[in-house]
Amino acid sequence: MAKEKETVPISLITLTLGIAVTGISFWYGQNNGLLPEQVSEQAPLVDDFFQVMVTIGTALFLLVEGAIVFIMIKFRRKKGDETDAPYVEGNLPLEIFWTAIPAFIVIGLGIYSVDVYSQMGGFDAIGSGIAHNHSHHSVEIASLPGSEANLLMAEGDNREYGMGATPVEGKLPPDLTVNVTGIQYAWLFNYPDTGIVAGELHVPVGKDVQLSIEAQDVIHSFWLPQFRIKQDAIPGEKTLLRFVATQTGHYPVVCAELCGAYHGAMRTEVIVHNQEEYNQWVAENQIAAVPDLNKAVAVQQERSDGAFLEPFVEQMGVNEHTVTALQHLH
Amino acid sequence: MTQAELPLHTPPSQSQGHQHPEKWSWYHYFWYNTDHKVIGIQYLVTSFLFYLIAGVMALFMRAELSTPDVDLLSPELYNAFLTNHGTMMIFFWVVPAAIGGFGNYLIPLMIGAKDMAFPNLNAIAFWLNPPAGLLLMISLFFGGAQSGWTSYPPLSLITNNVGQSLWILAIVLVGSSSIMGSVNFLVTIFKMRVPDMTWDNLPLFCWAMVATSILALFSTPVLAAGLVLLLFDINFGTGFFRPEMGGNVVVYQHLFWFYSHPAVYLMILPIFGIMSEVIPTHVRKPIFGYKAIAYSSLAICIVGLFVWVHHMFTSGTPPWMRMFFTISTLIVAVPTGVKIFSWVATLWGGKIRYTSPLLFGVGLLAMFVFGGLSGVTLGTAPFDLHVHDTYYVVAHFHYVLFGGSVFGIYAAIYHWFPKITGRMYNETLGRIHFVLTFIGANLTFLPMHELGLKGMPRRIAMYDPQFTTINQICTYGSMLLGFSVLPFMVNMVWSWMKGQPAGRNPWRALTLEWQTTSPPAIENFDEDPILWAGPYDYGIDTQGAEEETVEEMLEEVKAEVS
Repeated sequence: MAKEKETVPISLITLTLGIAVTGISFWYGQNNGLLPEQVSEQAPLVDDFFQVMVTIGTALFLLVEGAIVFIMIKFRRKKGDETDAPYVEGNLPLEIFWTAIPAFIVIGLGIYSVDVYSQMGGFDAIGSGIAHNHSHHSVEIASLPGSEANLLMAEGDNREYGMGATPVEGKLPPDLTVNVTGIQYAWLFNYPDTGIVAGELHVPVGKDVQLSIEAQDVIHSFWLPQFRIKQDAIPGEKTLLRFVATQTGHYPVVCAELCGAYHGAMRTEVIVHNQEEYNQWVAENQIAAVPDLNKAVAVQQERSDGAFLEPFVEQMGVNEHTVTALQHLH
Repeated sequence: MTQAELPLHTPPSQSQGHQHPEKWSWYHYFWYNTDHKVIGIQYLVTSFLFYLIAGVMALFMRAELSTPDVDLLSPELYNAFLTNHGTMMIFFWVVPAAIGGFGNYLIPLMIGAKDMAFPNLNAIAFWLNPPAGLLLMISLFFGGAQSGWTSYPPLSLITNNVGQSLWILAIVLVGSSSIMGSVNFLVTIFKMRVPDMTWDNLPLFCWAMVATSILALFSTPVLAAGLVLLLFDINFGTGFFRPEMGGNVVVYQHLFWFYSHPAVYLMILPIFGIMSEVIPTHVRKPIFGYKAIAYSSLAICIVGLFVWVHHMFTSGTPPWMRMFFTISTLIVAVPTGVKIFSWVATLWGGKIRYTSPLLFGVGLLAMFVFGGLSGVTLGTAPFDLHVHDTYYVVAHFHYVLFGGSVFGIYAAIYHWFPKITGRMYNETLGRIHFVLTFIGANLTFLPMHELGLKGMPRRIAMYDPQFTTINQICTYGSMLLGFSVLPFMVNMVWSWMKGQPAGRNPWRALTLEWQTTSPPAIENFDEDPILWAGPYDYGIDTQGAEEETVEEMLEEVKAEVS
């Protein structure tokens, strides 16, 4: 009777289990639904990579955990059995096998990550030559004393980290550059081409956008979950992110590096417009920004610097003391 | 010369003459004492107190996170809790319990020595811990350090300077303690083994402690340097990490992680050693691949020194660095995998006893596999750019540090409880403890993976309301986890007082610590221990002790197997 049961050949069981594990792993790799929407050109690259890792991981997980559960049931001690198990202290071919297989897997993943990282534009950290424009300024500025000098120096520093190139555009200059500044607890977006300053990031869809990221007080981290990219904003060092948004809509911008008590509240939005909407947004905000500036410039002549700066004091995180100090400097 | 060599052959405790009593009284455990077993127990008990304190902080944080808004704790207090939860769990619980506690208690016993090589250094190393803990507790009354256990400047320079300075002093103290301990372990293991014990039959826990100590010796001074510079920046007007004074904030991160990544291995290598002791004993089968397990500890130790930048992939790091450290990080998976597979193979074909230490050992295996897999994904720079500093990371390191280290410490406590106290623990309570802990841990930490992948950063007191449901599941899990400690504590206290006497060797284990009385006499062995079997020679009739019988038995077993 027992023999009848054992007639199912072990190879057949192994084969069935193998197919099942492979099938489940591939299915889960594709359908885990763990990642949010894909909104940048980098997102599918990262997600495909993640899928491969989830597939391999699921297979290994099922094999090892399956083995553990099987062993715990099959090899539990029979009641009253006080004898030892057979003396088996190793098996060299088996040990070589399970050293070699993970080694191949991680080497493969290593090569794959370098490839994905390069396609994401990670290897051109300096970016499209913008950094070179700055580099000669720094020489003149370097000799200035005091803290402002260092702020300016930071701008001229050409050690730039992050992603400077995009998957498609390579080393071409970006279509749009936005300067991003992290302060406790907000992001400020400065559009140097149009003079717009905003609290949300507005970008046109399908355009090559470069963010030049700075921090004023502490380290922040600029994260666009739907874009799968993140870069720390570091005081004293400039960092870059570059992406092409592939879908219009509103998506979160999150600070991912502990930056103080209200770190969790340091959230804003990236709004991906179609070109038309984007132009309209630029037009509206330029109208708002430029006359203001003109007025300010006109008024400025009748007012002292201190009075001119006053309305911005709160926004800049500058106190009266600094303002007076600045007045003395000029 | 002779004086310098003296301790290696005769520990000072002996050469000073028998000044100590026959048996330690309870008050000896509360004062300076050079007995490695007393020191081991001192480490274990004090670190467990910190585990409870840090655990309560975690419960408060989880309670806060059951709603998206700030309602229970102020954001400052939340940050103080998250900082001190991490700090205490790492520097005041896992490291002192695994290395200080079990390392000190077990190493001399396992190698047949009377004490550690430098008993006074050992006692001093322990007594640096209480003042360090005190400093940390005092810092809480000043609002506590609030910039995370990583304490990155400039945030750590501008947030609660008093709390932060006390925090630095506390860490530098425990760091010094760790360096002293490492020297002691290395000298003890290299010089004080019983004459017959070669490196080939050294218990694997000792191998793990060799790797751990080397790692601590190389990396801890670097952390100390970084923290002292930070202390100067905060209090004495220097600008090492102040960009406005020409300092560089990223340098701190390098100094910090050069220690703190190896610290991860400091917390898991001794646990790996514990696994290699617990599993063979409770399945009555030799460890599978002794050499592979021994050398893979060293491999992890060496490779582990060159992976630290994977904590800094989104920081100010150039592309070549991100790629180099992706590859080196992935390589760590290979020796770790070797260990996992070897333990699974040890279980295979064994006669598994469902004792509490074995259950925690197998639970560790199950959880560590998962934590290891998520660790591989985190090690790759392109994917890490998405999940760095999110709940995915929190989930990962709790799987390896709670599912790994804490499960391992529980396994060790149950396994050596009869040796340490001379009494048996209650098996039923132990199993209840295991089931609650296993369910609680998975309920708390599994959903966090999804939170991170979907976009929730870590270290936040207020979050996007879309994550509420998953966070509530985690909070329920944490309550279960908090509750799970109760049966353990009841078991420990009750069994220590009233448990069944255990005898010398309740597990019929083969390592030397089981040859002496339980609890062991003050200088460990009444007569010099004899190495009559390898540490894992189960399956050979070791009682018969004669060469021929062993060979015959081997033949028999081989015949049976084939």
